[in-house]
Amino acid sequence: MNWVAWKMLNGDTAKYLGAVFGVAFGVLLITQQASIFVGLMSRTANPLRDVREASVWVTDRHQQNADEIEPISDGAVHRIRGVEGMDWAVRLYKGVARARRPDGIFRQVILLGIDDHTFVGAPRTILMGDLADLRRPSAVFIDKAGHESLWPGEPLRLGREIEMNERRAVIVGICETSAPFQSFPVVVATYTGATRFIARERKQLSFVVGAPVAGVTPAEACRRIKAATGFEALTYDQFVWQTINYYMANTGIPVNFGITIVLGFIVGAAIAGQTFYLFTLENLRHFGALKAMGVNNRRLIGMVLLQAAVIGAIGYSLGVGMAVAFFEISGRALPDLRGINIPWQVALGTAGVVVAIITFASLMSLRRVLLLEPAVVFRG
Amino acid sequence: MPTALFTPVPDPPAPRPAVGVACRGIEKEFGSGETRTRVLHGIDVDFGCGALTLLVGPSGCGKTTLISIIAGLLDPTAGDVSLFGTPQSQLRGNRRVDFRARNVGFVFQQYNLLPSLTAAENVAVPLLVARQPRKRAIERAAGVLDAVGLGSRLKAFPNQLSGGQQQRVAIARALVHEPRLLVCDEPTAALDSQSGQTVMELLKSVAVHPERTVIVVTHDSRVLQFGDRLLEMADGQIVLDTIPHPHP
Repeated sequence: MNWVAWKMLNGDTAKYLGAVFGVAFGVLLITQQASIFVGLMSRTANPLRDVREASVWVTDRHQQNADEIEPISDGAVHRIRGVEGMDWAVRLYKGVARARRPDGIFRQVILLGIDDHTFVGAPRTILMGDLADLRRPSAVFIDKAGHESLWPGEPLRLGREIEMNERRAVIVGICETSAPFQSFPVVVATYTGATRFIARERKQLSFVVGAPVAGVTPAEACRRIKAATGFEALTYDQFVWQTINYYMANTGIPVNFGITIVLGFIVGAAIAGQTFYLFTLENLRHFGALKAMGVNNRRLIGMVLLQAAVIGAIGYSLGVGMAVAFFEISGRALPDLRGINIPWQVALGTAGVVVAIITFASLMSLRRVLLLEPAVVFRG
Repeated sequence: MPTALFTPVPDPPAPRPAVGVACRGIEKEFGSGETRTRVLHGIDVDFGCGALTLLVGPSGCGKTTLISIIAGLLDPTAGDVSLFGTPQSQLRGNRRVDFRARNVGFVFQQYNLLPSLTAAENVAVPLLVARQPRKRAIERAAGVLDAVGLGSRLKAFPNQLSGGQQQRVAIARALVHEPRLLVCDEPTAALDSQSGQTVMELLKSVAVHPERTVIVVTHDSRVLQFGDRLLEMADGQIVLDTIPHPHP
């Protein structure tokens, strides 16, 4: 009878497609919005997330996120290195500066200062230039999106100059970084170089990053650092999640995206549910005839569930496909959306939502089918 | 004491058709309290095998309710129906559904063909219900369609067939699994005179079988000639049981 159910579904093309696109549209909305939400939230700790070699992050004990930084004294790095169980520790600067082109056009930029000697925290993907050139006076790297933002429509070129804090900086390299939350260009310099590009403060060190020796876990190293120095010490994951959680709790972003995701569910459930319900209603006399001919309720439930499952599976595939196409196309056309894709957790969660939608649609329809008296077939 | 040299032997009785359907004290009420309506009033009637019985009567007299009970689609409020020796009151749930699937065929007024299935596929449905493989079911359906004169329209969809042809497909569907009871509800009501005659001729020639009971509910006085027996109902009772006269 599954074959009959399949043929019944295909026979009413308009309702079949209506229900499929109802699910697909809901899936598109949910997947796209949830993925952008996850992408945005995971950007909140960018570009510091790129510093993966550091499993221990030390900063001021009152810090709440990676953007609002209370500098600590430069000498902190030595204290951290002295904590038992630490293998290495280096300085890392992160701040905001104003980069001005020679013609006066300027943009706010994220300025990263990496350790002068080890280059811990250096960009992993170099598009142009040599990382060693960063040691040259006034040398900086800029990320590709930042270059396109500062010099829109112009080819990538080394040797361009910008001014930060009334100091000349020469672009000696172009790199890729993880897209930051604020869409600012990312400028990378050595720690010493970076501190020249900002207004002088007594304390300038943003973070001390490092790693413990073998046999000591990052969590244990953090515990020791806290105890020994009073600084906040976090593992890499704790550091990333601290910022994500801060944005989740202190901005309206989750609510805004949550509303759209709920709307996607409601729209998907309403369109698919109503269309599928109408499909069942219109086929009620056929279901009645099948009942009269000896199809029991268990097989009828199987038929309705199969029809709903087909709609759900095709709708889900179409919806996820459209969302993938959206991110593929928009990721190329809109630099601000680069790097945002569909996490498997979102795809899995959306599949769960589709199951809920088709279950809802099936239950509405099944109720009518199961309560149907087969004798109804004799009523003209 | 003289003894008879010859004892006359009485003529053997004429063979009586076996009873396929036996209704005993069938009552049916709908609703409850003040809205309770009694539709059937203690009907006792037998339907023999090998005959086409016409069930006639005005709208609302209880014909549809009676055939629904006979076919096992409705439960009577009182009384019992025995189909080929099996009391329906002893069958419950899926056992009754399975019994119906094996033993009862239906022809509906509005054909009730699935619009997305071809004629052959529609006819195969009762075999699919009986879990026969699809290929074999469709082959068997093609044979029955051929028997009702639609061998050339196996792949036609219902909307490509005339009303008469659709009803012939419905008859083929009702007979494909060789049921012992065939219940037809107003099979000619939606057809013109010629198509109605054709459908009744078909029922008479193909459906009537020594081991099958055929009950046809009809309003159509043009088809009375095809009945072997005529039952007339009024107000929930059978008021006439006769042999219909040939149509003038």
